Amino acid sequence: MAMASNISKGRRKSPFLSLLVKTGKTLTTVLVTMLGLLFVTFFIGRVMPVDPVLSIVGERASKEMYDEAYRALGLDKPLIVQFLYYLRDIVQGDFGISVRTGFPVANDIKRVFPATMELATLGTIIGVVIGVPLGVLAAVKRGTWIDQVARVVALIGYSMPVFWIGLIGLLIFYGILGWIGGPGRLDIFYEDMIPSVTGMILIDSALAGDWTIFKNAFSHIVLPASLLGYYSLAYISRMTRSFMLEQLSSEYVTTARVKGMSEAAVIWKHAFGNIRVQLITVIALSYAGLLEGSVLTEIIFSWPGIGSYITTSLLSADMNAVMGGTVVVGLVFVLLNIFADLLYKFFDPRAK
Amino acid sequence: MSVTDPSSQGLRAWLLTDTPTSRRHAKLAAIYQAWLSFKGNHMAMFGLGILLFLVVIAAFAPILAPQDPFIQDLGERLLPPGSEGYILGSDSLGRDILSRLLYGSRITLYIVTLVAIIAPLAGLFVGTVAGYVGGWADVVLMRITDIFLAFPRLVLALAFVAALGAGIENAVLAISLTAWPPYARIARAETLTIRGSDYIHAIRLQGAGPMRIITKHIWPLCISSLVVRVTLDMAGIILAAAGLGFLGLGAQPPSPEWGAMISEGRKFILDHWWVATMPGLAIFTVSLAFNLLGDGLRDVLDPKEGKS
Repeated sequence: MAMASNISKGRRKSPFLSLLVKTGKTLTTVLVTMLGLLFVTFFIGRVMPVDPVLSIVGERASKEMYDEAYRALGLDKPLIVQFLYYLRDIVQGDFGISVRTGFPVANDIKRVFPATMELATLGTIIGVVIGVPLGVLAAVKRGTWIDQVARVVALIGYSMPVFWIGLIGLLIFYGILGWIGGPGRLDIFYEDMIPSVTGMILIDSALAGDWTIFKNAFSHIVLPASLLGYYSLAYISRMTRSFMLEQLSSEYVTTARVKGMSEAAVIWKHAFGNIRVQLITVIALSYAGLLEGSVLTEIIFSWPGIGSYITTSLLSADMNAVMGGTVVVGLVFVLLNIFADLLYKFFDPRAK
Repeated sequence: MSVTDPSSQGLRAWLLTDTPTSRRHAKLAAIYQAWLSFKGNHMAMFGLGILLFLVVIAAFAPILAPQDPFIQDLGERLLPPGSEGYILGSDSLGRDILSRLLYGSRITLYIVTLVAIIAPLAGLFVGTVAGYVGGWADVVLMRITDIFLAFPRLVLALAFVAALGAGIENAVLAISLTAWPPYARIARAETLTIRGSDYIHAIRLQGAGPMRIITKHIWPLCISSLVVRVTLDMAGIILAAAGLGFLGLGAQPPSPEWGAMISEGRKFILDHWWVATMPGLAIFTVSLAFNLLGDGLRDVLDPKEGKS
């Protein structure tokens, strides 16, 4: 951070102004992208072969009732007006009522999102803790059997159908060995026993000091989180390796070696120090990927997150819920991308 | 395929020459040398082998399959692998899993091929037009690309399939719709580097219009980077298609699509593991093969990436 500010001081243009302009540009990009996102969701919602009126008034409603509901929903207006109405509602945080659950979609999402976040966060932690050292090791030992093993590990991670390996994992560790909890976030016995603060059971139970529930929740999350972790590990280790190779082949590393620095210092202090920014970007992207990639994992493990929320709503033709869920996931995805981008620009003077 | 017998030494020397005598000669020599370096990559060759095997299986499924994949025999249901007449066991309706896997390879290949044609072509078109025309067209097209990139892929595909209706063709469309943006980005980047080069100016001076320049002089140069990307994406496409099938939004039963087969086997996973395991192994093998192949192709076709 200190380095970045030093460099911008050296420029003639006011760093504040340029930052403002840059922020303005980024904001416009985000807004346009969000608008497009909403438009696509709206479009999908309109094309859906589901009659939103019928799902409210029911099959046996009279013609008048039907027409009234039709008008109340604004369906008699031109499409562009309907889109504007939709925008207005979304801006106010109103995603409509879910036909399936009977609650406002916004409330549903607030309830299910922490579950997905808990899973994705733990998965990313696993991916980083194993993936980064693996990538560094593969780069340092380039061309040896270690490098090959790391490569195969990553390729297997890319190739595994998550819904299948999840099933096999459940079969082995839950069905046969009985080491872990089964599907769901907790054993039924413990459901709703912890006051929801963050919505993430591991944190909530730790806050409440209830270690029995913490242990139970952990036994449920460990398998799905490990699977997601494996995915992010594959990606993170490959990226780490290629970043490290780039650094290790540059001249300052040779200089450091010639100076007689220890190999560990060269690798971890010099080379690794220079890839940290790039790595954070990659980790943010992989986190975003896990948030969306958890759809199938959630279904296999009956995990009550946003992925299974969208899918079950989809299968019961609950359009408000599907559209709301898609918009929220898209929004988080965009924001994480922008965050990664900004971080990169902010910390890496070369990107300026 | 390799050229090792003595009678072809002349051909080999001809192909390895440093001084090609014609354009075709140079092209063939380049292809042969790329093939040689590709052949040295054992993992990529292994991937290619698996894929060739898959194509053969798909082509000869009716001959190879020991039974009709659709015939049900409730008396023979849920037999474990190794049972008489059911090498990989039978599913909950007494159908032979091996035969269904063999026939399922056709569906997998069908989906992958279609997506691998539609998505890169769409991306190539959008990207080159945006890159070559520039200005407003570039801004608008790239914004649209960004919007599609911003969508989580599986969620978008899910929503599209839900809107279009479940089925293989719609799954192909939905996956293509989510897969084209990266290709557009790549094609645009390539176009931008090519656009200002001397030979494009020369062609323009000869009177070639933008259509001709794009299709005849820019597209061919974008192909190699697109091919690498497509091969690397194939595994993702297979997994997406299987995921849609698993959710019941892709191929419909009784079609022997691998993802749908896993979904059928899910109910019996604790007592009859093979019903879901076998199709999963098939998906894993094929997507691993594509990944191995893509990894090797990248080393050959894209030297700057390959070194890293």
